[in-house]
Amino acid sequence: MSIINLDYISANPLLPEVQEAMVEAIKKNYGNPSSSHRLGDEATEVLELARKNIATLINSASPEEVVFTSSGTESINHAIKGVALAHAGKGKHIITSNIEHNAVLKTLRRLMKMGYKVTSVSVDEYGLVNPADIARAITDETILVTIMHGNNEVGTIQPIKEITRITREKDILFHCDAVASVGVVPIDVQELDVDLLSFSANQFNGPSGIGGLYMRRGVKIWPLLDGGDQENGRRAGTENLIGIVGAGVAAEIASREMESRVNHTKILKDKLIKGLKEKIGDIIINGHHEISLPNLVSVSVKYIEGESIVLMLDEENITVSTRSACASGALRASHVLLSVGRDYADAQGTLVITFGKETTEAEIDRLLDVLETAVETLRKMSPLYNKVQG
Amino acid sequence: MYSKVVMDHFKTPRNVGEMKDADGVGEVGNPVCGDMMNIYIKVEDDRIKDISFLTFGCGAAIAVSSMLTDIAKGKTIEEAKKITNKSVAEALEGLPKNKLHCSNLGADALQLAIKDYEDRKAGKVRPPSRPEDRHEHTHGESCKCPYCNGDVNSGLEFCSHCGKEMNDSN
Repeated sequence: MSIINLDYISANPLLPEVQEAMVEAIKKNYGNPSSSHRLGDEATEVLELARKNIATLINSASPEEVVFTSSGTESINHAIKGVALAHAGKGKHIITSNIEHNAVLKTLRRLMKMGYKVTSVSVDEYGLVNPADIARAITDETILVTIMHGNNEVGTIQPIKEITRITREKDILFHCDAVASVGVVPIDVQELDVDLLSFSANQFNGPSGIGGLYMRRGVKIWPLLDGGDQENGRRAGTENLIGIVGAGVAAEIASREMESRVNHTKILKDKLIKGLKEKIGDIIINGHHEISLPNLVSVSVKYIEGESIVLMLDEENITVSTRSACASGALRASHVLLSVGRDYADAQGTLVITFGKETTEAEIDRLLDVLETAVETLRKMSPLYNKVQG
Repeated sequence: MYSKVVMDHFKTPRNVGEMKDADGVGEVGNPVCGDMMNIYIKVEDDRIKDISFLTFGCGAAIAVSSMLTDIAKGKTIEEAKKITNKSVAEALEGLPKNKLHCSNLGADALQLAIKDYEDRKAGKVRPPSRPEDRHEHTHGESCKCPYCNGDVNSGLEFCSHCGKEMNDSN
């Protein structure tokens, strides 16, 4: 039986065109783009084509504003630490939100140990940041505001444009973690008016191990890696050219298919939420109902724990993700779910269901059937469910 | 990540359900930590005649509960007192390292059920059950770090024993 993959947030399947391009590159493009001979020239050519495709996907003014990295995590580390170090003379205050990814939160925690101050604004029950809270948190010492685009656990999309209006006026740099969004919804760095934006190729059917950082021309930032002059001296280290070629092709297809992808995933999302509400009682759909990622449904199933649901679905060849602490190896429930008002038990029972262009309505139907049975079985074992049933 | 025995007990758990006429009930854990287990025992002639469980938790927690009830069923009270979390994990052919402490509470629940049975027999009044306690952390009851089994203080961002960060997830 084939696998029904509903865990796109962990990694997307590589599109056939991406696979072919990468296999071709493995054979042909082993050269180093930094070399001045023909092998280097050929490598540079495919590298720059990929950069151009990425620039188109995020509507960057110039491909030179795109820097390739090893992951979304590296891009985020680069953006935050790079700004913090380059602007320490001006101030050491950074503003963020309570629902950022750990790549942001832990990077900031590291900086706090080095003497930086961080203000983290809270979100409402839908997971939305209030731009007025950002404005209020700004001090003379503030050098950076970092807020994510689409949230990877509840899907809510933040009002980035309203926030950059504030940071632009105050002449403060803005970084956006758009890892869960680029390739999923249209992202226009010029319209959003961001200074820095992080993304990852494995969120748009490209390979894992390739990330990217958009750096608006003129932004003063230190590199994370020092060494050679790759990426115009902004990220040293010989490029992962095979992966970059795959990312470029994936970006080109994502740009072309953006509208149909959004429409397709929106239909699946509506169907899934409707089905969940009809088939399974006592659930909470997390995140904003309209302003959210179309490829993500976050659902808290009351009275049961997420990892046991994931295992039961896996037995039926369906893969989903859970935010339960038990499954993630964390000691605590997800900070995002607690921030949007879930209690500990509900946070433990939260599934994140993500899908893409290959997902079919029949697969959503199958998930709903299997999930209904799994929830019923697990609730029969649950002391919390037993209590409410009396 | 789980052994075949764990998956077998997870998929077809033995002795599931509340026992309305139990002679002893043991409850451990809370949702803050991630797992809750209730163990119910029926005792006749000083022997566990029947045993059942209700569990909120991960695959390991459910398998532990099921295996524990299998092991304890038919044992005398004195024999059952010797069952430990470690022996349950061994019967399951091992548990992943980070599940060894936080999800392996079955024997603790059984020991509480036995104590409850003995208290009732001795005529001690059982404190009324307060379900609301289990939704929040109560004083004197803390989560166990799954990596080192130290008590986790809910005010800290990391385990004070082994240094593992609290929300160290992806």
